[in-house]
Amino acid sequence: MTDASRDACATAAMVRSRQITAREATEQALDRIAARDNQFNCFTTLIAERALDQAASIDAAIGAGHDPGPLAGVPFAVKNLFDIEGITTLAGSRIYADKPPADADAAAVAALKRAGAVLIGALNMDEYAYGFTTENTHYGPTRNPRDPQRMAGGSSGGSAAAVAAGLVPLSLGSDGNGSIRVPSALCGVFGLKPTFGRVSRVGVAQFAPSFDHVGPLARSVADIATAFDALQGPDPRDSACTTRSAVPTLPQLTAGVKDLRIAVAGGYFASGAEPEALGAVTTVAAALGATARVHLPEPERARAAAWVITAGEGANVHLADLKRRPNDFDPLTRDRFLAGALVPSAWLIQAQRFRSWYRARVEELFRDVDIVLAPATPCVAPPIGQDVMTIGGVSVSTRPTLGIFTQPLSFIGLPIMMVPVQRPGQLPLGVQVVASPFNEALILRVAAALEAMGVVAAPVA
Amino acid sequence: MEPPNLKAVEFDPAAAVDPLAALIELPLDPAHRPGVVKHFAIIAGMARLVMDFPLADDIEPAPVFLP
Repeated sequence: MTDASRDACATAAMVRSRQITAREATEQALDRIAARDNQFNCFTTLIAERALDQAASIDAAIGAGHDPGPLAGVPFAVKNLFDIEGITTLAGSRIYADKPPADADAAAVAALKRAGAVLIGALNMDEYAYGFTTENTHYGPTRNPRDPQRMAGGSSGGSAAAVAAGLVPLSLGSDGNGSIRVPSALCGVFGLKPTFGRVSRVGVAQFAPSFDHVGPLARSVADIATAFDALQGPDPRDSACTTRSAVPTLPQLTAGVKDLRIAVAGGYFASGAEPEALGAVTTVAAALGATARVHLPEPERARAAAWVITAGEGANVHLADLKRRPNDFDPLTRDRFLAGALVPSAWLIQAQRFRSWYRARVEELFRDVDIVLAPATPCVAPPIGQDVMTIGGVSVSTRPTLGIFTQPLSFIGLPIMMVPVQRPGQLPLGVQVVASPFNEALILRVAAALEAMGVVAAPVA
Repeated sequence: MEPPNLKAVEFDPAAAVDPLAALIELPLDPAHRPGVVKHFAIIAGMARLVMDFPLADDIEPAPVFLP
């Protein structure tokens, strides 16, 4: 095991047992970034000195006999829409570069630090998280470590690529319509989009407030569970954050899947994709012995409603800047934001009423099943800059089509684990493991079982 | 009583964007306008799918979604 391929749990175990210091683990991560990130363009900010200082304090705590936490000395990085104290939060934009530095860490950043993880820097993304590709015009595209000519996916593209490349074992992303799951799938790493409201969004730049979720990306299921357990829990400062108590997932990870009713999403989720993308679902379903099929009600309309609400909410966040300085937006987002600002109330409110209807129907579906499997993307990572692609013989716009299977599920806040299916000599694909709200423990159990069987994995590229 | 003579309204995204932008005092740079029309038409197509779906009157919107 090289230092690049060591997962977060392995690093923490070595730091806690003094086989390596947190400072050494941090220096190794900084060396890897210095050696390789020029190929991938994951990082937009490095805070090397502060990281080394933080690592030294962890080593001092261990030396004094204290437990620095389950992620002791684990280097991590965050999408650059998370506040980092003393650093200006870019959210992928040029406009926010004019803002003052953040006066505190985002709640999720602080939670991982409390668990002992060491923050190394901030990662590239689509401007204001409005995209599935991380082809950021201001800061350059992030390249997929599995094939640098291809997209990393987005909007948490830097978060997925940095983990896939082994620069850091753990990162944070955000997901409104697929922004953790799409890049996780295209880069071949694990990504968790928790239930809406499960993880505090305090200190996270808004994209579309009724969709915004925060979650971890990593190369092992235990790392995801460890990070999620550190992240989850109530936060009264976030109006959408649940008041439910946290449910630790790590202790349940090896409980197996025998008692779970697992079904494959049919209809919409079994068409409109390249055969290999559906094949990844078949592979995972076969490993789990899942033969049942379920049909989500009206998924195409769910995606449409998510689209309308995202456009309206997202544009409203930036309306003042759209009026004053539209030319400072990324050309890849500007016209979509401008168009979104024009959405009439009838569309927006009806979409939100449809959302209530859809939530109730999907809730009924989960009376009969515990887990639903669906493809993550309709294809492997497309080449950077590709505007149009062919899916199932049909010519489609590349960028929005990457989210056709993720949007209808995050629309109602369901917890979803993106598990990567590696295909030797070919690019990876992903499968979404979906449960009813607040059942993260179930989807992590399924992911752990698949990982133990060798069906899903996230080796360093 | 005879119903009023209601004609279906033709939707023209190019004609719609200018008054909607004016309504919210959003200046549209002529260089951006073709892209805005294109993306407004895409949103309108999505909205059509939503608006065509019958919903009972007692279904409330979910503006702050609590699963």
